[in-house]
This record gives sequence, C-alpha cells and structure tokens, in this order.
Amino acid sequence: MSFLITSLAIIVAGGLLSLIFYKSHRFSTAFGAGAAVLGCIIGIVPAVQIIYYGNTETLKLAWDIPLGSFFLQLDPLAAFFLMPIFVLSALVAIYGKEYLRAYREKKLLGISWFFFNLLVASMAMVCLAANTILFLVSWEIMALSSFFLVAFEYEKEDVRKASWTYMIASYLGTACLLPMFLILGTGSNFLDFDNFLKNISPRTADICFILALIGFGTKAGIIPFHVWLPVAHPVAPSPVSALMSGVMIKTGIYGLVRTLTFLGMPPLWWGVLLLVIGIVSGVLGVLFALAQHDLKRLLAYHSIENIGIIAMGIGVGLIGWSTGMPVVAALGFAGGLLHVVNHALFKGLLFLGAGSVFHSVHTLEIDHLGGLIKKMPATGFTFLIGAVAISGLPPLNGFVSEFIIYIAAFSGAIKMDIYPAMFLVSAIAGLALIGGLAAACFTKAFGIVFLGEPRTQEAQKARESSRWMTAPMMGLAAACILIGFLGPLLLPFMSPVTGTILSNPHSAEIKKAADYLLYVTAGSVVFLVLVAVIAGLRSRLLSGRTVGKALTWDCGYAAPTARMQYTASSFAQPVIELFQFFLRTKKHLTIPDTYFPSAANFESHTPDIGREHLYKPVFTGINKFFLRMKIVQEGRMHIYVLYIVITLLVLLFWYMR
Amino acid sequence: MPIASIINICLGLLLAPLLLGIINKTKAFFAGRTGQPLFQAYLDIIKQLRKGVVYSQTTSLIFRAGPVIGLASVLIALAIVPLGGVAAPLAFSGDLLIFAYILGLMRFFTVLAALDTGSSFEGMGASREVLFSALAEPALLIGLAAIARETHAMSLSQMLPAVSFLSPEVVLVTVALLIVYLCENARIPFDDPNTHLELTMIHEVMVLDHSGPDFAFILYGSALKLWVLGLVIIGIVFPASSGSFWFISVISAIGGLFFLAVIVGIIESTMARLRLIRIPQLLVAAGSLSLFAFILVLR
Repeated sequence: MSFLITSLAIIVAGGLLSLIFYKSHRFSTAFGAGAAVLGCIIGIVPAVQIIYYGNTETLKLAWDIPLGSFFLQLDPLAAFFLMPIFVLSALVAIYGKEYLRAYREKKLLGISWFFFNLLVASMAMVCLAANTILFLVSWEIMALSSFFLVAFEYEKEDVRKASWTYMIASYLGTACLLPMFLILGTGSNFLDFDNFLKNISPRTADICFILALIGFGTKAGIIPFHVWLPVAHPVAPSPVSALMSGVMIKTGIYGLVRTLTFLGMPPLWWGVLLLVIGIVSGVLGVLFALAQHDLKRLLAYHSIENIGIIAMGIGVGLIGWSTGMPVVAALGFAGGLLHVVNHALFKGLLFLGAGSVFHSVHTLEIDHLGGLIKKMPATGFTFLIGAVAISGLPPLNGFVSEFIIYIAAFSGAIKMDIYPAMFLVSAIAGLALIGGLAAACFTKAFGIVFLGEPRTQEAQKARESSRWMTAPMMGLAAACILIGFLGPLLLPFMSPVTGTILSNPHSAEIKKAADYLLYVTAGSVVFLVLVAVIAGLRSRLLSGRTVGKALTWDCGYAAPTARMQYTASSFAQPVIELFQFFLRTKKHLTIPDTYFPSAANFESHTPDIGREHLYKPVFTGINKFFLRMKIVQEGRMHIYVLYIVITLLVLLFWYMR
Repeated sequence: MPIASIINICLGLLLAPLLLGIINKTKAFFAGRTGQPLFQAYLDIIKQLRKGVVYSQTTSLIFRAGPVIGLASVLIALAIVPLGGVAAPLAFSGDLLIFAYILGLMRFFTVLAALDTGSSFEGMGASREVLFSALAEPALLIGLAAIARETHAMSLSQMLPAVSFLSPEVVLVTVALLIVYLCENARIPFDDPNTHLELTMIHEVMVLDHSGPDFAFILYGSALKLWVLGLVIIGIVFPASSGSFWFISVISAIGGLFFLAVIVGIIESTMARLRLIRIPQLLVAAGSLSLFAFILVLR
C-alpha cells in the first residue's frame, strides 16, 4: 500500500507543480508528464504483486469526515483495474508531452497537466476507495477533471456543448449512485464498504442493481445511457480521449462489478438484463460507428460496442452464477474483465493513432484522408494492429477475451435449461454479428485512411509524428500482440480476480480455459510460421523474374484520380441502408437536373438515435413544463405574499387535521 | 498426432482444387458444353506460380501481405476440420471459434488488399464482402451451437462424428450452412464466379489487381476454403464414427465433398444471381434456420 500512496502523491504533486509553473510550458509539461510517468511506474508494482499473490491489502485511518473512515482496499479486483489505468496513463503522458506542444502558444498547458494528473490519481482512487464518501469524492474529482480536459478547446462552441452534455450525464449518473450507497448502508452508522448490509433482501438488492446499472452504466456508456460518449470523445484532445475511452469509462464497469460483490447471489434476470443491454450496445454501437465520417467519433462509438461486449461477458457470468454453473460464471466474468484490459490497450492505441493523424494532417474527416501508410508507416502499422485486435481476430488480444466469453456462452448453451440457454445462444449470435460488423468498420477505417491514394492536398503532405508519439503506440501494439500469444499464461491470474466477485476462485475451470488457449496460441504460432514460409516462397519464386510497377488496373481506365476512389461513406453504404431502421441517416441531396447542370451535392449524417429519439423529447418536455410553470413567477410582490399566506394556511389545516 | 490426420491434411492440400473442376464440369454438362478440363484449376495455379508480378504503384505492403496471410489462415482452418471421423491435428474444445475467426482474418486482409489498390471497383466488392460475411457469421455460429448442444462437445473433431443422422435439426443446420457455404465462397446466388467484370461483384472483383504467385496463392486459398467449409457440411450430413475403418470413411467423406461440388454446380446452372438487396434476406433466413435448429435441439 505504501507504494501506491507514494505513487498517487507523486502524481498529484506533479500536477500541482505544473499548475504553479503554468507560465513556462516547458516546466509544467516536465513536471506534469514526468510525475505521471514516474507515479504510474511505481503504482504498477503493487498492482501486479496483488494479482500475482492473490492477497488483499487494506489501509484504514480515522478521519474527521463523518460516516466512516479513510479506508483504502487493494484486492485483486481493484488491482486488476489499476493495471490498465497506470499502463495507459504513463504511455499517454509520454505521448501527450509531444502532442500538446503544438498548443503551447495558445494554451496554458500547466492547467491541462494539472487536470490530467488529477484524473489519473482520481481514477486510481476510485478503484482503491472502500468508503462511500471517499469513493464518491474521487468519482466526482474524476468527472470534473475529465470535464476540464474535454473542454480544452473551450473557445469552440461544439466543444463547450459537448463538455456540458458530458457534465450533465455524469451528474445524472451520480444521482443514482447516492441513493444506492445509502440503501446499502442502512442500519449502520458507517458507510465503509465492509459495513454494508450482509443479508440484503431480494427486493432491495434488485433496486440497488438497477441504480448501479444506471449510475455506473452512464459512466461506462452502455446504451441507452451513452449519449455523452460520442460527443465528448471526438472534441477532447486525442491523448485525453485515449485515456477516457481506454480506462476512465472502465471505472463504470469497476463500480458495477464492485456493487455486485455487495449484493450476494444474483437472480437470473440480472444476468439476462445485462446480457441484453450488452448485445444492444454492441450491435448499435458498431452500426453507428460504421455510419460516422469522423475518425474519432467512429472510435467513440466503438467504445460503446466494446463496453457492450464487456457487459455481455459479465451478463453471461451472472447467468452462470445464478444457475449454479461455475464454468459459465467464472469464464463469463474472466472474459468480460479481460476485455476491459484488452480494450484499454487497443482503444488507447487507436485513439493515439487518430491523434497522430490529426497532428500531421489537421483533419479527422475519413473521406479527406488516404494513403497515409506510406507517409506515416509507424502510425499506420500500429493502427493496423489495433484494428485487427479490436475486430476480435486471432492472433491478437481481442480474440483471446472474446474467445473466453464464447467458451462461457457455448458451455452454458450446451448444458443449461431452455430459458438461460436461449439467452446464451443470443450472446453467441450477438458476438458473431458484432465481430463481423467490427471487421467491416475497421477495414473501412484503416483502408480508407491509410491505404489507396491521398484524397486531399493535406493528406498528400502528411509526415510521420515524432518518436515521442510513435513509441507509446508501439508499446501498446506490442502489448496487444503479447496478450494475444501469452493468453494461456496470463489467464490463470484471473482466478483471484473473479474469485473476489464469486467468492470462489474456480481455478480449475479457468485452468481448463487456459488449456484451450494453449491450442489457440499453438495455432497462432503455426500461423506465423506459415506466413513466413509462404512469404519466403514468394520471394524465392520472384527472384530473377520481372516485378513490374503500373497503375491500378481500373478495368482498363488509364487515368484514375484520387477522387475516383471508393470513399468511407460509399464503403459503409450497404450496411447503413440495411440497418436504416436503427440508424435513420439523414441525407441532403442536390440533384443536377437542368440541361446544363452546374452544382450537385450530397451530404449524409447520422445523428445519435438515443439523443434524437429519447433524450431530446424528454428534455424538451421537461423544458415545456417548466416554461408553463413560469406563470407562478409573476414578479409582483403581493402575489408572492399571497403564496406565502396560502402555504401557511395549508400547513395550518394539515396540522390541525 | 496420428499419421491419419496428417494424411487427411495432405489429401486436402492435393484435392482441393479438384472441387473447382467438378463444379465447372457440372456446369458445362448442364450447358451442353464439353467445358474446361477437370484439372484446369491446377493448371491455372501452376501457370500463375511461374509468372512474374505487376504491382500497382498505389499499393503498399498490405497489398502484398493479403494473399500470404489469406493462404496461411485457410491452412490453419484446414488443420482444424476433421475428415472421415479422424480428429484434426489442431482439435480442442472451442476450435470451431478459431475456425470461424481465422477465416475472418483471411477476409480482413483480402478486403484491405482490395482497398489498397485505390480502385473504386475493388472497393465496391470489398464493401459487399464485409456486409455479407457479417450476416453469414451468426448463421454459421448458431448452427454450430445447435450441433454442439446436440453432441455435448465444443470441438469440431468431437462434434461432427457424433451428429445424429438426418434428424430434423440436422437438416435445418445443413440447409443454413449450405447457404453460408455459397456466400462465403462467393458462388451463385450470391456472386457469379464466371467472369472478372460486371457480373462478378464480390470476390473476383477484390482480387482483380493481384497477379503471378500472389494470384496463385489466392486461387489455391479459395479452393481450400471451398474444401474446409465443405468438410463441415459433409461432416454433419454423413457422420463417420472413428470406430470404423478410417480409410473407408475418409473415402466416403471425400466422395461426399465431390457430391457437394456437384450440387453447387447444379445450383449455379439452375439459378440466377440474386439482386444484391435480396442477399441479406437470404442470409438472415439462414440465421433463422440455424436458430430454429437450436430451438429444436433444446426440446
């Protein structure tokens, strides 16, 4: 624990120093980024230790704040979430040092670094806190510091709007958490986590579960509480979006899983509900991602998709738990939680890649890019690794976690009763569809941005970012590859983590899945050998033969231009047409219709279905209602006095009754 | 690893291109033509292997990686499917997932290689390929889940020999997988493999720019894909228990594959290609058939 306290102290102190030295961007960056990197490295050590030995460390100090003590608890579950937080934060800090340099004339970077370090420290505190007050305070500091980071370019109107949306969503979520913690703490004067109700009644547990699902689900971005995500991620600076999408939204998952440990044995419908929400979030998330034209908004919708996959894993785990099937329970949770780490790695990587593109080309409009892999090979190839990983394809890490969720769902679908088995087979169908559509989306994102010919002058002039930016991306790409191959070695360490939730490590079941993964790794190694052999065979065959270079054979057309290439919009069009019912893409078309047509124009955009059809009507309704209520506020003194008199009379009658 | 499973792999490597020949012979028979020789696919592959290549100057390393990764992926798939009741070399619980996903990896890189050329025609094919395969994937996996529930196993090598012979759910899964088979291998009614231009809207379009050994790898890879996916269907229809004399069951399974190729040929001769907007409906129908099969197994 002392290591962690030191680490957090360093991170916060670095943030304060960069705030103090805000006048010199060099000092503030050095203090901010340097402290973040140092603190994260120190913090990783105890997290890894706890996972390795499977023990728990606690720190309980009395403090003046009522309702409990200053109570920190580092159990395997907390340590498991701390690892991606520290790893990604350290890499993002290195990247951010270079990325933010471009803004050194316009912005006070000291302030940004202050909030950045505060965000890192508060995320870690959320995972460590074992006292309600401490948890909620860290939760709010996390929300506020990320709000200020999202609002980095506050002079732009859409940035301001997006930050407010984020802020409001965040508070609506917390509004559900507060009553949940109070319910859990009834009957005790302390709100420490170990004082919570032991024998919770089923009705109360249901209410707490629903409140946790809404409250933590808002942070995680599950549909329908996702609206803030696709607006806030694109406007934030890329390192911030990487950190938020990679690890901050995962604190929502952490909160949900932590709450599950208080609630005892779940009824079947919890798992079913979470599974259905996961499938809906996954499928709609990837569909909306396909319809986007902005690279970062596309990635933001993919966060919703991946949170959906994580929710599916946890849902499968809950179904297994409530029906008493340890294989399904342990592997569902293990797969879902492993996907938390995997998503942190590849989504962090992809957002940093997008940032690198923006840094060089100054646009993220997918249809304005193209051919970047030749100009930016490091960004391109690391982005490709992220794209393969996020599509859940072997031999990378995305496949490993999806494979474990699949195994859990298959084991349940084979052995369970009709009702849960039907839901588990829908999990299989959902994962398959999501996987296919994710591959469609990332062939689009990678293919249009990095392959082909540059579509604009700016893309033509693209240059590779400096090593400060490419090195963190390479680190993340290497981690994606490593977890893909070392799955069988790493998976057994999941059993203390799932053990914290299920109060039984189920090591035997997890060991079995690790054995299956051993075959996957064997297959992957053979695959790499085959790739090498076939590539070798080809260069052997081609040695001494003519290897010509020519134009792309465009069905005989000899003068193709970059503008003739397929665009991202046209690539995604068949999918979008097919799922028009959900997507409701809006099109604006100016048809050239006179004999001498001059201008033609086509535009399409896909507004968020939740925002347009759920929140907009609700909030306009509330707004209208309050506008009507304005009648009571006349602004004349005697009317207000009348109100007071009426109130007093009503109270008097009520009292006399 | 028993010798029998190695022999099975070698049989696949040797005989896969023959399936293309059988399909084409069947089509020629229906059209009243002599048709190309039965071994034309072998000749094509050998011819391409002997040539040099021309790369488009638009392309990058991805374009060259596409055929290599594609062939390596389908070879892994070959090591997963059992043939004639003999367990495959890479058989384990959950191998059906790596089977489905390694073919997904093959598709991923074929699509990227197509986009790498910057040709709008190839982009068009790529765009269709990703949509149709995304819809075919659930049908395949639900169908396999139905078989898995019926046989209480998660490995193709254990599932396929244990399938009950032509029970209603097995028939439903077979029909669903046949639709997936035609879609994944870009045959009629999904795609017309005959030409290289307007009629061929999906697979052949994507590989338009490949030449020489690269193209040979692609041809061989698609022949192997025809073989491995066919083996799954044949394994379900003609379950061969490993107890019997393996030589006979291998011969009968390969006979079944050739019969499947004849059926594909007959479908291609008697049907027209579907309109593109109808294709998703057919794939969703395949998914529903798989789901019905699963419900039947649940009883």
